[in-house]
Amino acid sequence: MAKQIEVSDLDAYYGSHKAIEGITMTVEPRSVTAFIGPSGCGKSTFLRTLNRMHEVIPGARVQGKIMLEDQDLYDKDVDPVSVRRTVGMVFQRPNPFPTMSIFDNVAAGLRLNGRISKSEAQGIVETSLKDANLWNEVKDRLNKPGSGLSGGQQQRLCIARAIAVSPAVLLMDEPCSALDPISTLAIEDLIAKLKNDYTIVIVTHNMQQAARVSDRTAFFNLAGQGQPGKLVEMDETSKIFTNPTQKATEDYITGRFG
Amino acid sequence: MTMSPSVITPVSFNRRLKNRVVQGLVWLAFILAVIPLISVIWLVVKNGLARFDTEFLTHSMRNIGARDAGGGAYHAILGTLEQVGLATLISVPVGLLTAIYLVEYGQGRRLARSISFFVDVMTGIPSVVAGLFILAFWVLVLGLGYSGFAGALALSILMMPTVVRSTEEMLRLVPNELREASYALGVPKWKTILRIVLPTAFTGIITGIMLAIARVAGETAPLLLTVFITDSINTDPFTGPQMGLPLYIFDQMGRPNDTAIDRAWAGALTLILFVMLLNLAARIIAWWRSPAKGR
Ligand SMILES: Nc1ncnc2c1ncn2[C@@H]1O[C@H](COP(=O)(O)OP(=O)(O)O)[C@@H](O)[C@H]1O
Ligand SMILES: [Mg+2]
Repeated sequence: MAKQIEVSDLDAYYGSHKAIEGITMTVEPRSVTAFIGPSGCGKSTFLRTLNRMHEVIPGARVQGKIMLEDQDLYDKDVDPVSVRRTVGMVFQRPNPFPTMSIFDNVAAGLRLNGRISKSEAQGIVETSLKDANLWNEVKDRLNKPGSGLSGGQQQRLCIARAIAVSPAVLLMDEPCSALDPISTLAIEDLIAKLKNDYTIVIVTHNMQQAARVSDRTAFFNLAGQGQPGKLVEMDETSKIFTNPTQKATEDYITGRFG
Repeated sequence: MTMSPSVITPVSFNRRLKNRVVQGLVWLAFILAVIPLISVIWLVVKNGLARFDTEFLTHSMRNIGARDAGGGAYHAILGTLEQVGLATLISVPVGLLTAIYLVEYGQGRRLARSISFFVDVMTGIPSVVAGLFILAFWVLVLGLGYSGFAGALALSILMMPTVVRSTEEMLRLVPNELREASYALGVPKWKTILRIVLPTAFTGIITGIMLAIARVAGETAPLLLTVFITDSINTDPFTGPQMGLPLYIFDQMGRPNDTAIDRAWAGALTLILFVMLLNLAARIIAWWRSPAKGR
């Protein structure tokens, strides 16, 4: 079940270094939201605050408020582990578990989070792999190690692993940057399909990709070296790419900097 | 930058020559390193085979007169298995948990830094000192007497830092991305360590443990001070002196008769075989658990 995210006045720190500042935005359910901006402006940092992965890094902390529908993610009674079950994540580099087979990789989230029956696992693994457009390629070798797949297949395996625990939101941090164009297209098709069921947030360095897959786009920027990154503007993707309100956004998407 | 026009030239004579010379040196170094190893094995096998028989493996030295042939190392093999086994039981859990704390939870905390420092100090303890410590503390102050267990305690002092260091190294090799992938699935940290990190590092950890066992299996000095020496079978590692293979070799070598010297060589052969079996076991486990095998 897709959910809406509402962020208000969010700052994130690494130790004493403030990486992002004053971010306020709404991420709509059943849609794809793209984050764009130059390197180091805090896109990954912000993405990781959305499922409380930011605080995994020693010394990292967050100030501000994030509401997932009516749940305050940073309420002190909230268990970060349960937040991550609801808000899944796909990383820049495909990272299947090397000791596990393809099947076990997809079933990992379910198995590690509690006992499930073999037949139940089989059903979920099959639907997840089908949803990740990978089933036909791997159905005959489910017991082979996941690390034997190609980069693009591995990334789709990681997506299958993430959706197998049926999260409400799926965060993707440059999921295609390590992939070839064909695999990238496969993932983009997949994103278009998944947005019917999930709230999807994707960080990308590729403008065309943002234009192709997203419904709304947020542009991040930093004022200067050592300054915290900020949200410059956020709007319908078509508006951002044809008629942005801010000069910085226009400069960035037309390739004048970044 | 001045560069000659780009012409593709064959490898110059000079480079070929240098390549040859360095290759030769590398081979020479390799041969120099292997000579002692081969000659030790050859000598031990040649001298050890004379008495490496069923009697040797199944009999103790009880009632064997000073000049008698016969007798065996059964009591020593048994003792070594028990002492090393107990030392492993003590040092592996402690070492493993210490390494997990250092890598997964310590993260530059003062406690982690001081533990790390003491592990380094422990690595440098001479084995005699470990034996002396157990002799003074366990045998004399607590008055618990010589026993296989006292020897196991001394051996575990020597094993622990090795286990900690090798496990630590293996855990650090596990990419952080795997931990993050697991957290992102909503898996708690302890379960991530147990089900993702440890299995990924498993083969390396096992190899490290086997090497640590092999290291202490041949220790003589600490056993001399804690286990003492006996000619009879003592199956109970908790009471009374025991024997061990290194002690057996030491004891037999010290006797004046050729029959004893032969037994010492056979004991050395047994010890080397024991260590080799351990290494083999480590390799089999590594192969069996290797993901590349594609179960
Ligand atoms: N693990 C970390 N420790 C300390 N600083 C970090 C860490 N990760 C990122 N940063 C800093 O936070 C800022 C934002 O980085 P990041 O979120 O990775 O940007 P982006 O994903 O937009 O390229 C950068 O200045 C970076 O140096
Ligand atoms: Mg990034």
